Amino acid sequence: MAQQKPISPRVLMMGNEAVGEGAIRAGCQCYFGYPITPQNELTAYMAKHMLEHGRVFIQSESELAAISMVFGAAAAGARAMTSSSSPGISLKQEGISYLAGARLPAVIVNVQRGGPGLGGIDPSQCDYFQAVKGGGHGDYHCIVLAPASVQDMHDMTVEAFRLADRYRTPVMVLADGRLGQMMEPITLYAAPPPPVPAKPWALTGATKREARNIRSLFMAEGGLEKHNIILQEVYQQIKRTEPRSEEILTENCDYAIAAWGTCARIAKEVIQKARAQGLRAGLFRPITLWPFPSESLLALAGKVKALLVVEMNAGQMLEDVQLAVKDRVPVHFSGYPGGRVPTTSNMLSALTLMAQQFRGL
Amino acid sequence: MNTKKNHPARRSKKQMLYQRPKSLTNVPMHYCAGCGHSLIHKVLAELMDELGIRERTIGVAPVGCAVLAYFYLKCDISEAAHGRAAAVATGIKRALPDRIVFSYQGDGDLAAIGMAETVHAANRGENITVIFVNNTVYGMTGGQMAPTTLVGQITPTCPKGRDPLTMGPPIRVCELLNTLDRPYYIERVALDGPQGVLAAKRALRTALTAQIDNKGYTFVEVLSPCPTYFRLSPIESLRFVKESMVPVFPVGVFRKEGVAIHA
Ligand SMILES: Cc1ncc(C[n+]2csc(CCOP(=O)(O)OP(=O)(O)O)c2C)c(N)n1
Ligand code: SF4
Repeated sequence: MAQQKPISPRVLMMGNEAVGEGAIRAGCQCYFGYPITPQNELTAYMAKHMLEHGRVFIQSESELAAISMVFGAAAAGARAMTSSSSPGISLKQEGISYLAGARLPAVIVNVQRGGPGLGGIDPSQCDYFQAVKGGGHGDYHCIVLAPASVQDMHDMTVEAFRLADRYRTPVMVLADGRLGQMMEPITLYAAPPPPVPAKPWALTGATKREARNIRSLFMAEGGLEKHNIILQEVYQQIKRTEPRSEEILTENCDYAIAAWGTCARIAKEVIQKARAQGLRAGLFRPITLWPFPSESLLALAGKVKALLVVEMNAGQMLEDVQLAVKDRVPVHFSGYPGGRVPTTSNMLSALTLMAQQFRGL
Repeated sequence: MNTKKNHPARRSKKQMLYQRPKSLTNVPMHYCAGCGHSLIHKVLAELMDELGIRERTIGVAPVGCAVLAYFYLKCDISEAAHGRAAAVATGIKRALPDRIVFSYQGDGDLAAIGMAETVHAANRGENITVIFVNNTVYGMTGGQMAPTTLVGQITPTCPKGRDPLTMGPPIRVCELLNTLDRPYYIERVALDGPQGVLAAKRALRTALTAQIDNKGYTFVEVLSPCPTYFRLSPIESLRFVKESMVPVFPVGVFRKEGVAIHA
């Protein structure tokens, strides 16, 4: 008898590996990737474990090729994935646009590092705009999930596959080098993989049916417009159903930090420290960056005196926060571009400084 | 001997001598008169019929004049971004190893923007068939210079003719791929007349049969007329293929059963 694997074991894992294990447990059948720091452990994890599970792994010749291999595997109906870090994700934008245009489900993981250009290898959140505003050419969106712990890296990878199949769209997990490299104990996903829906569009060979094609090209009169309207309908549906956020200590809260990913993780500690000093602080953390949880944030905006957006960039989510709160509350910003991770005391002093301006108001 | 009496057409009025391959749709092709693409489509469709593989074949169409190949071939077909057809074909074949997978690509697609994907799919020995339509120009975008444009050939982007010193000489892809270890079969044929069509069919049959037998990477280059951007009549274009292209791109088998054949 085959030995039963222990259910939901607690294991110590690195973020990059937790993504890989999540993908395997989500039923990822094909992984294609190209080495880049700080996500190399993920590609190496897949090289070892995908092959052990009898699944497909290829170290591609480039990120352009990797994402096109994902395109092919997804077109053939397989659960497919690729991962990279910022410069490599720029190359993948071509294929991501094609995936969106052809309505193919796929998972892309970006373990961000500082830019622009070759930038550096330190953690960053500088690809927010690229991830949530489209990224490649054309009028499209990817669903973007923002993990803030190794557990999230694992769970959100599983969730990304579910969402990709649910909406026939590419889904991005937007992590950063800090999350990729850190180790934490996590509970492994132990349920069966999210069910794969029927794929009546997949290319499997035209056995006893009409031939099919997968394409993003619509040349006939009005065809592309119609196709774009369909895409937009899907995006509207996603916007209605999928925005997710987490709020901590936002009841009886005067000053809320709005932060995602690594910054949100640091902010969790900062608001506790602030409360200990008598400052009524809270945290608003978007879990989905697209769709952005605007409604929840707007509701919170009516309850606080000011919002402090903290990001490891020069102010990107900041713009979505400003749009969401519609001038109902002052929005301050504290940014760390170029690969710097703020410390708790950095963030705490930014928060106290902001609060001082509102004292007595 | 075909005397008037026993000429095949006389034996029975109903006897079918030639017909549209079942794997070819009835859609009028958008290709220009005398274009090689339509002939290669037909040959491919005939082979899908003859080898009985239409229902398990998945093709990858290029970005180029053959971008709409899925309107003409009755097998499943995927689009690929410009140049990425070999990578898309790799993804399909790895996901579904028992299907027959081909990519169909022009010279700009395969040997310029997609050269990396071309070389690495060949080097991995992907069990796919790559059909390379070399017409020396970028047909779809207006006949610009391609990696295979002949020295001295005039195009909108080399209006004084291709200068090998600043633009490089034409790239011979079969010869280049033949330096790799993994390809199983590489052949170049020329669509320079009816014999060329038969040669193309024979080469493609060898390639597809090898794939059916899981032998590995197969590559067929077809020197193909583009009358529109050769700025010649269809008949003159065939002559151009024969007299101008073949001397630069010699036809023949370069790799057979995994073994390089040196001329
Ligand atoms: C990324 C990108 N760059 C450029 C183009 C424009 N483009 C379309 S087809 C093509 C070249 C096609 O030439 P070839 O591959 O030789 O095929 P042919 O049309 O001659 O059959 C180009 C440059 C594109 N669609 N995408
Ligand atoms: S432009 Fe050239 S390659 Fe394109 S369809 Fe016309 S003849 Fe064929």
